[in-house]
Amino acid sequence: MHILALTSACISILGAFMVITRRVAVHAVLYLVVTLLALACVLALLGAPFAAALEVIIYAGAIMVLFVFVIMMLNLGKPDRDRETEWLRPRAWVGPAALASILGMELLFGLRTLSGTGITFQITPREVGLSLFGPYVLMVELASFLLLTGLVTAFHIGRHWPGEH
Amino acid sequence: MTLLALVGIVITPLVILGLATLLTWVERRLLGVWQNRCGPNRVGPGGVLQAAADGIKILFKEDWTPPFADKGVFVLAPAIGMMTVLLSFAVIPLTFSSSIAAGLNVGLLFVLAMMGLGVYAVVLAGWASNSKFALLGGMRAAAQMISYEVFMGLALMGVVMMTGSFSLRDIVMAQSGLWFVLPQCVGFVVFLLAGIAETHRLPFDLPEGENELGAGFHTEYSGMKFGMFFIAEYAGIVLVSALITTLYLGGWQGPILPAPIWFTLKTTVLIGFFILLRAALPRPRYDQLMALGWKILLPLSLLNIVVTGAVLLLHTAG
Repeated sequence: MHILALTSACISILGAFMVITRRVAVHAVLYLVVTLLALACVLALLGAPFAAALEVIIYAGAIMVLFVFVIMMLNLGKPDRDRETEWLRPRAWVGPAALASILGMELLFGLRTLSGTGITFQITPREVGLSLFGPYVLMVELASFLLLTGLVTAFHIGRHWPGEH
Repeated sequence: MTLLALVGIVITPLVILGLATLLTWVERRLLGVWQNRCGPNRVGPGGVLQAAADGIKILFKEDWTPPFADKGVFVLAPAIGMMTVLLSFAVIPLTFSSSIAAGLNVGLLFVLAMMGLGVYAVVLAGWASNSKFALLGGMRAAAQMISYEVFMGLALMGVVMMTGSFSLRDIVMAQSGLWFVLPQCVGFVVFLLAGIAETHRLPFDLPEGENELGAGFHTEYSGMKFGMFFIAEYAGIVLVSALITTLYLGGWQGPILPAPIWFTLKTTVLIGFFILLRAALPRPRYDQLMALGWKILLPLSLLNIVVTGAVLLLHTAG
């Protein structure tokens, strides 16, 4: 179990690295999907199958498909690839790499204090539902307000007014 | 136990692939019956070896990758389609004890997740082919499948609410008194329509509408790569039929006959119904398909959830 989770975690890190270094947008999105799937595996192995399923359904299965859809609409070609190469010069890596390495060191330092108790229980969908509609009900309602606002706005912007082309 | 599970994991995909291949022949024979002609009846008894002949033919065809295609993604796309369909079968219970993971407590969500990933096969095939027909087919597929996934998930919530579990085994067990097709008739119809749209079968095969898009997303595919799309589509029909059997028609349950026979019987009837739909109905326009989804199926499935919830509440309160 431990080995599987660690392998999935390594795959997700590798996938994330590939996401930021790819020059073709669709390849980057595909690596992002791999990263999300690996994260879902980690979640499932840590005893949260519901979160894992939602990760795949919502992020990998819906949002990333929309990303691919938009990229297909944009019809990126060779010029965009060249521009991407232009942006990804070694000099651009220095700042982010420094900041990320500080974060990485912090993480490695923090890892020592974690205790490996192993997985003792599973979080079932029922428990997730009870906590969402129990202590976190305000958050759920606020999020639904936000989504409804987004929906109404999108409908308003996309609407065809009579006599308009 | 572990050995038995391994055997199951090896055998299940083989059986599904065999069934899907056989189904290509069954469909053509049934279409022949309904259209008052013979269909393929020359190879083997009744033409049953036609599927094998087609398989051998497609294996020996040139496996050509167009020079303008994105090679890696082009090869990956049919594999994704095949894999997601085959993985979904893991959580479907043939009988109470015989399945790979029917007891998974998020089983239904697993199926939905695999169907969500299945969209990539079509979309990436459309993008990687780097041609206009394929791209248009891929875009249609993306919009159609994402839309119909929404109603599919919502329609299933009625079943989940009545069972109180996402596990497909629990769902079948909850139908020992009454099949869910009666109390959940609205959800059943929505799920059936969404199932056809998800497998992009006729009459909802707009991503590959041959009179306007060549062959849609798989225009550039040939040889076994095309064969994989083809077989994955038929495996998808078996999957949706098996899912409807499990979710709405009581799965393996039934009188007198043994459990696997009941499951097979129900699934076979549904597959036949899918083929009949192909023989009977013309293809709608794309905007009609989307309007049917968002203006009729979405409100219907939401209403289904509200009514189911209200009835369940009244039932538990009273």
